[in-house]
Amino acid sequence: MIEDRTTQPVRELTKSEKRFVGIHIIFAVAALSIGIQYGPMQALEHAGLDLYPKLSFLASSYYQGLTLHGVLNALIWTTFFITGFLTMVVIRGLQRPLKYPWLNRLGFWMMVVGLVTTAIPILADKATVLYTFYPPMEASSLFYIGLVLVVVGSWIEGYGMYFTFYAWRKENPGTRSPFVALASVITMAMWQIATLGVATEILAIILPSVFGWTSGTDPQLSRTLFWFTGHPLVYFWVLPAYLSWYAFLPKQVGGKMFSDSLARLVFWLFLVLSTPLGFHHQFTDPGIPAGWKFIHALLTLAVSFPSLLTLFTVIASLEYGGRKRGGKGLFGWIKALPWSNPSVVWQLLAGILFVFGGIGGIINASYNVNLALHNTSWIPGHFHLTVASAATMSFVGISFWLVPYLTGKPLWKPKLAAAGAWIYFGGMLIFSNAMHVIGLLGAPRRTPLGLAPYIPEEWAGHLWRIGFGGTIMWIGLMIFIIVTLVTAVQRKRLPADELVEVPIAESIRDPQATPVWLDRWRPWLITAILLVVLSYGPQLYEQITQVQLTSPGFSP
Amino acid sequence: MSGDADQHIHIDPYERNWIRIAIGFLVFFVVMILVAGLALGIQVPTDEGRVDPNTLDQDSRFGNPGLREIVPGEEYEVYIVAHRFSFTPREITVPKGAKVTFWATSGDVQHGFALEGTNVNMMLVPGQVSKLSATFDTPGQYDFICHEYCGLGHAVMFGTVTVES
Repeated sequence: MIEDRTTQPVRELTKSEKRFVGIHIIFAVAALSIGIQYGPMQALEHAGLDLYPKLSFLASSYYQGLTLHGVLNALIWTTFFITGFLTMVVIRGLQRPLKYPWLNRLGFWMMVVGLVTTAIPILADKATVLYTFYPPMEASSLFYIGLVLVVVGSWIEGYGMYFTFYAWRKENPGTRSPFVALASVITMAMWQIATLGVATEILAIILPSVFGWTSGTDPQLSRTLFWFTGHPLVYFWVLPAYLSWYAFLPKQVGGKMFSDSLARLVFWLFLVLSTPLGFHHQFTDPGIPAGWKFIHALLTLAVSFPSLLTLFTVIASLEYGGRKRGGKGLFGWIKALPWSNPSVVWQLLAGILFVFGGIGGIINASYNVNLALHNTSWIPGHFHLTVASAATMSFVGISFWLVPYLTGKPLWKPKLAAAGAWIYFGGMLIFSNAMHVIGLLGAPRRTPLGLAPYIPEEWAGHLWRIGFGGTIMWIGLMIFIIVTLVTAVQRKRLPADELVEVPIAESIRDPQATPVWLDRWRPWLITAILLVVLSYGPQLYEQITQVQLTSPGFSP
Repeated sequence: MSGDADQHIHIDPYERNWIRIAIGFLVFFVVMILVAGLALGIQVPTDEGRVDPNTLDQDSRFGNPGLREIVPGEEYEVYIVAHRFSFTPREITVPKGAKVTFWATSGDVQHGFALEGTNVNMMLVPGQVSKLSATFDTPGQYDFICHEYCGLGHAVMFGTVTVES
């Protein structure tokens, strides 16, 4: 059995499959390259340098820029990159074509139509509602319709991956599914469950009110439905990074996957625990009983458990690789890792920042402790360590082998690409630390602090660090965008014997030794749904039966 | 090999220890939260009932926002209405040592209410009543700030509690 698998030639992606994945990455990077232009403007505004009047063609207000920054970076860059990357992983992991390629194409183009439909009102300043779009603040109906199309498009791409996985299952009875493919489909299944909240919010509450069919919205119920999706959204961003850290990074550093079983267990735990915990974003909400908030606090601490497992397993895999490269002693293996490899260094630094992000996450989840930081600058300080570090830096690292793999072209200026990681990392340390500090001092989030009359003089140093760090981060990501662009458009091609391969690591133990219960959907999926029903059912029932559509829309 | 053995997950001894440490940490955090909540009395807002955001001026509590003295010098209640882009009342003065309960709601969009130097931090959601308390032992000025984006004038929305000695 094992010989069979290793002697058979690897089925790489076909030309058209590569093109399909590649076009996801093009849209993702295009969104990022616009979205990050607003970052330094926001950061420098805090530091006292207001660029908005000079750059009014980019945004007519701080808030329009912030809406673009959030939607393009956190929603579009991530969703397009993730669906493209996971499509590639499913095809390559299972070594078979998509079962229904038209289904994936349909999903993708629906996402593109959604992106355009959302972008038009935001650019026209008709949807300056930030990426949380809390009602009764109201945007153009196109904004919501576009978002629904993006989400439903991503569902359809997920179904395409699932049917492909199921077809492989039938063709390979008794064989453990490849971890990378299983992890991809679990991520999409988690996303499917989680996004039911925001889909319901938009379709059942917001759009009927925007169209004038109802007298208004119920803002509290809307918040509850939004945060049903809002936190698992973070895991949708981070799980593809975990997938890379578990299964690709070890191969890239010359090692193996430390434990196939535990990697699967971690992904199943995320399927089960990602969703039933959204009230931890609503600890300070009025309309939810404190008891339910406490239950969700416990469940949030529970979901940090698979992340703590990941911390161990990923470091163990890296140590295994570092020692095989000749690293000696307690820390020698760290030095032995291939830090000069741009793909590796972006991901290693992503992991380091995510340790701080994880610690901050546990603090945020800690019920009454949250009172000290809810809606302060601490929060964007925190999620720039998750979505903008763990996820984004990993996606950058992945791109540095994925783009050469898809195009057959060598990475342009690998040393510059690697230097970008340190620049971004340094900028993030300065920016994020200052954001956390002024948050604890009481600075509100999503506020142009340069205009705010209540900001004391003594904070100038922190605000300056935000401006400085934010600008440095921008340089780091611009390096990524330029390197990727030149790599893709250059004429130079990789010679046939130097073509890039998908770096899938072998497991130290044969995956066939992984217990069957870690390769079965039913028990995990049932537990996931059950836990959502138990943790959300009673409160949703209460809020839905007592719904009051008393809030008419307000334009920003 | 028995079928049973196949079902066991292989866990490295180091990893087993790490799992114990991780669970220990999480249990410790839960205990600390409970100590803060039950022994120190630090509570998050809870469900305080609803109010119609369109007729706040006729409401028995929010129709006449402002400070109410419950026990002179010791216990106060203040009713606050948030509208874009100000709080009513905007200035509140209480004596040193006063325990003040803040009741607040919004008459239009979602707002925030964070009172500097205290654990009073709550969302103001139209249709809902928010409530938290703080005791002021040190004289001085404490700003309360709207910390949720509520429109183009959001950055200037704040008020002040003055604690007199």
